[in-house]
Amino acid sequence: MQTVFSIGVDALAYGMVLFVISIGLSVTMGLMRVVNLAHGAFAMIGGYIASYAARDLGLAYAFAVLLAVFGTILIAIPVERLLYRRIYGQPELTQVLMTIGITFCVIGIANYVFGPTLKTIPTPESLRAPVSLGFRTVSAHRLFVIACGAAVALGLWYFIERTAFGVKLRASVDNAAMAAALGVKTEVVYAVSFAVAVGLAAFGGVVGAELLPIEPYYALRYMVTFLVVVSVGGAGSIPGALAACLLLGAIDTTGRYLMPEFGEFFFYLAVIAIVWIFPRGLAGRAK
Amino acid sequence: MALTMNTETLSTARDRRARLTRDAVGVLVILAVAVLGYLLFPNNLALLTRITAIALLVLSLDLVTGYCGVATLGHAALFGAGAYGAGIAAAHFGITDPIAMLAVGVVAGALAGLVSGAVVLRAHGLPQLVLSIAIIHLAHEAANKASGWTGGSDGLAGIMPDAVFGLYPFDLWGRTAYVFGIVLLIAAFVILRQIVRSPFGMLCRGIKQDPLRVRAMGASVHGTLIRMYAISGAVAGAGGALNALSTQVVGLDSLSFTLSAEALVMLVLGGTGSLYGALIGTLSFLWFEDVVSAANPFHWLTIVGALLIAVVLFAPKGLYGSLAALLERRGRTDR
Repeated sequence: MQTVFSIGVDALAYGMVLFVISIGLSVTMGLMRVVNLAHGAFAMIGGYIASYAARDLGLAYAFAVLLAVFGTILIAIPVERLLYRRIYGQPELTQVLMTIGITFCVIGIANYVFGPTLKTIPTPESLRAPVSLGFRTVSAHRLFVIACGAAVALGLWYFIERTAFGVKLRASVDNAAMAAALGVKTEVVYAVSFAVAVGLAAFGGVVGAELLPIEPYYALRYMVTFLVVVSVGGAGSIPGALAACLLLGAIDTTGRYLMPEFGEFFFYLAVIAIVWIFPRGLAGRAK
Repeated sequence: MALTMNTETLSTARDRRARLTRDAVGVLVILAVAVLGYLLFPNNLALLTRITAIALLVLSLDLVTGYCGVATLGHAALFGAGAYGAGIAAAHFGITDPIAMLAVGVVAGALAGLVSGAVVLRAHGLPQLVLSIAIIHLAHEAANKASGWTGGSDGLAGIMPDAVFGLYPFDLWGRTAYVFGIVLLIAAFVILRQIVRSPFGMLCRGIKQDPLRVRAMGASVHGTLIRMYAISGAVAGAGGALNALSTQVVGLDSLSFTLSAEALVMLVLGGTGSLYGALIGTLSFLWFEDVVSAANPFHWLTIVGALLIAVVLFAPKGLYGSLAALLERRGRTDR
């Protein structure tokens, strides 16, 4: 029972981290049709900034998180202007290459500037203590991560379903040309959603740093996981991405707990099975 | 599409001879580069043999990506299947004749091609890419787990190939392996030239351009692609077997995502949809990697990344494709 419970908490926390990081990827992929392999690199940049701010400059955790999110967005804006603009609407292979190239560059630079070691982000005392739920004690950090994931899901849902910008965003996802013809400034929609996506990636990278440790090869190691989540969930769908993250998080965590010697075998087996049955993802729509 | 079909049916004997001459020139160029490599780097034949083996992998990737339009990041699975096939045949079953090991590698690669083709072709676009990634990771984990057969993360050792035809033993300097590899590469090149030019190869190109129309014409899209995948697997398997023969070790890195991604990078660097592009891409990438990583291993990844971005921005058709387009444009203005 104890095992089942701790697997459950860890799976939920892991799934939420995956969700926070990859939801931005899912939205931009659904919106701009860009296969963005560099998304994990932005999460990693966020982690590095937070680590530098909290550990080397001694800033408060909350401030480090904010700094990471906005710092990453600041770094991402010129990248989007100069590089991503050129690959919108290009064939997938081109996009894959460009974004792999960006990922490699980020890894190389991170390796050079911060060195190949793991970077920790010191969490405040209140997040380190275990929390008693009455019948079990849980790590406060796990609860914090789960709460963050839930908050992001709710916030995004409100943002996309209830605000005027969300209407424009959904219209652009459905049919960018028609939305533009009706007066939606798709350029602005693209830029804002790219910034939000990158900011969320950085946020997820910082919050999830205990589950996905920050090191130079972070971008490459988890890139596949983020892509898998998006494609299993169906690009552009928040409920789909949430379901995929929780499902795959559960499968991966359970596999690691019960059969650690198999590594990620079951994770990828599940991915093949799911994509085989739902070639467009859990919540994918026909083109 | 219609245009190429017309020229195909109207092709005269002179056309055929011209194409055969071009193939002969291609073979001669490969031979010349091989001899030049042998003379310039007599102490580095292992690297040259590895380039040859990877060239086979990139050629095989070109068959599915360049000619059929299937984006895959899991092609090393076929290469690894060939390498482990040949290695296991030698280490566990005592099949140490190099030609027999090569045959086992080819068959293993073709089977892996059939399986991964059946899985990858199930989806399109991003899910297709993800399926291919899942396949390579699954194969990697499976090989790691089945350490009784594959040696796990230590690698499969104990591969002792006999002399080729009983005459040329595999020497310490890797001369035999090098010559063996070059002969293999040329044979594969000649066969593949025939295949991509055959009606079957034309059908594959048609599928890349418009699968719906090909289906309307009455051809089977899925069946054709699966067949191409099997052929591609055979070529990649030959490359894997060559790698196993020359290094006499098979490591898990031959089944890695990194190798798959690098193969794709090499292909696009050279130019997709052309066998020459695949060869040029492999040679320039691996040579570049050798030079840069020897000079400064830390900046290697940054430079590769910058190189990739530059290729996408300035030479989207790859080295060979851009060169060919440039020559064609110049030829047209001259006329």
